[in-house]
Amino acid sequence: MADKKKAGAFDIRIVIATLVGIYGVVLTVLGIVEKQAEIDKAAGININLWGGLGMLVFTAVFVLWARLRPIAVPVDSKPADE
Amino acid sequence: MLAQQSILRLDATAIDYIIIALYFVFVLGIGYLARRAVSNSLDFFLSGRSLPAWVTGLAFISANLGAIEIMGMSANGAQYGMPTVHYFWIGAIPAMLFLGVVMMPFYYGSKVRSVPEFMLRRFGKPAHLVNAISFALAQVLIAGVNLFLLATIVNVLLGWPIWVSVIVAAVIVLSYITLGGLSAAIYNEVLQFFVIVAALLPLTLVGLHKVGGWQGLVDKVTASPGGSEQMSAWPGNALSGFGNSFLSVIGIVFGLGFVLSFGYWTTNFVEVQRAMASKNMSAARRTPIIGSFPKMFVPFIVIIPGIIAAVIVPELAQFKATGSGEVDYNDAILLLMRDLLPNGMLGLAITGLLASFMAGMAANLSSFNTVMSYDIIERYIIKDRPDDFYLRTGRWATVAGTLIAIGTAAIASGYSNLMDYLQQLFSFFNAPLFATFILGMFWKRMTAAAGWIGLVSGTATAILVFVLSETGVINLPGQGASFVGAGAAFVVDILISVLVSTMTRPKEDSELVGLVYSLTPKAQRTEVVLRGDHGWYRRPVLLAGISLAMTIVLNIVFG
Repeated sequence: MADKKKAGAFDIRIVIATLVGIYGVVLTVLGIVEKQAEIDKAAGININLWGGLGMLVFTAVFVLWARLRPIAVPVDSKPADE
Repeated sequence: MLAQQSILRLDATAIDYIIIALYFVFVLGIGYLARRAVSNSLDFFLSGRSLPAWVTGLAFISANLGAIEIMGMSANGAQYGMPTVHYFWIGAIPAMLFLGVVMMPFYYGSKVRSVPEFMLRRFGKPAHLVNAISFALAQVLIAGVNLFLLATIVNVLLGWPIWVSVIVAAVIVLSYITLGGLSAAIYNEVLQFFVIVAALLPLTLVGLHKVGGWQGLVDKVTASPGGSEQMSAWPGNALSGFGNSFLSVIGIVFGLGFVLSFGYWTTNFVEVQRAMASKNMSAARRTPIIGSFPKMFVPFIVIIPGIIAAVIVPELAQFKATGSGEVDYNDAILLLMRDLLPNGMLGLAITGLLASFMAGMAANLSSFNTVMSYDIIERYIIKDRPDDFYLRTGRWATVAGTLIAIGTAAIASGYSNLMDYLQQLFSFFNAPLFATFILGMFWKRMTAAAGWIGLVSGTATAILVFVLSETGVINLPGQGASFVGAGAAFVVDILISVLVSTMTRPKEDSELVGLVYSLTPKAQRTEVVLRGDHGWYRRPVLLAGISLAMTIVLNIVFG
């Protein structure tokens, strides 16, 4: 790891995933306890539930991406030698 | 001033405020985290040139996805319908691809730190000074408009007094930029992008479901005052203001597609700065190209809700039919949120709007402080100080910029139409700038004097057209006047520049290497393939080709 350095101070993907993940949990819970009047307002779609679930899926994808391709850039960008 | 009790008031509850507050905690947290990466002025102003292309690419479009874009384009959607997509598919994508493929090698390759600095290297001090000052001035004015718009929305939606929301918003933007510089602005722009999508996508889907899907929307719009032509993008007569369909297409392609948009996307430092922050030449070229992919789908979550609002929100439908009422087109997206979203999703939608308004202002300020520090203060006022002096200068320039923006927000509050005028005036600055740039990059004979004289005469022409159309000498409704003004400015700038060049002495060839196409060796114009840049999907030109093909398909499908 001598020639690697962390790019910047942190991984923005994790920050984004955390915020969207929290939103996802909040909205999903709201969706589960949703009153019928609110569902009718959104043309019969339980948008809090579906939106929340969609955000949880997004969070999972981002965390997976960050896990599979962690950021580490060479200290100086030398031409590739392969 | 808008009434405190407005029919637009959204009944936000505790859960909505929690969602909004959570977002601001993250915004400030990013500023704090980004601070640890700032150790010199290059870190502060250009993120140490270290960011990956997908980050700068999303920031590239997010910086532009501000109040004017979201409110303005959904309003245009409600008023004109599908022809509004030209602002994206004709008015943005080709120019973004051109920036990545053709122009970025000169910007990134010459290692200049700002667009005005490129002017300095190519044309010398007079052109540099004209460009730097007009840019800095434009940025604080636009920042003020963004700030005022933000405060207005907070006032209408949540009932906070205007001055409280102006100051709160200014303090939040100021804190994260002074802490983390451009990195904080860019990282927040990426976060904003996802929050904006998370806010607008559900709104669009619920709206579409409500009108009975795409076919239902087509039927409703056809039956509305707009008629069926509002559901197809071409020829867009109502948008361009030309009665003749052929002229309308020419006006859109040349005026909007070529001069206005190329001018905006390729020379506006707010945008170019995002690409300059990327880690190498390949990433810099990919920045606008990667940005073009989400950009081509933004109209679906901005314009479509506008169109939907005009047919299902009773107040807006009435306004469209009679031209009077308590609401207008600018309220389209707010009305749709009010009518369709339950608490929870509503909080997220408000967050998305606030995020987008702050994005615009933060982008203005982070490019203002760079030009102020590097191009005006370091170059002309206080020279040859150690680097950390300019780092501190940048932080103070941000503070000053914010204070001025609060002042210009006050000016903006006095004029209900100021935003339209600003938009037009600044697009006039961009059209001549683009003409000077493109001529200077491809014609080595162009002289330093031609640089600034062309710039000044182009801007003067644009202002003349603007005055003529305001006083009714030229009569073009819609956005036609600014298309014509930009076109005229472009042509005059080119003509004058050529004329002046033939009468003055050109610079030596050796001084123009890396700045002019014919004098720059190919190796310097293309990227060396670096570690981490392999794979066909990382080749700029191929990606640009894919993006262009997709845009053409979209134009055919929705034409």
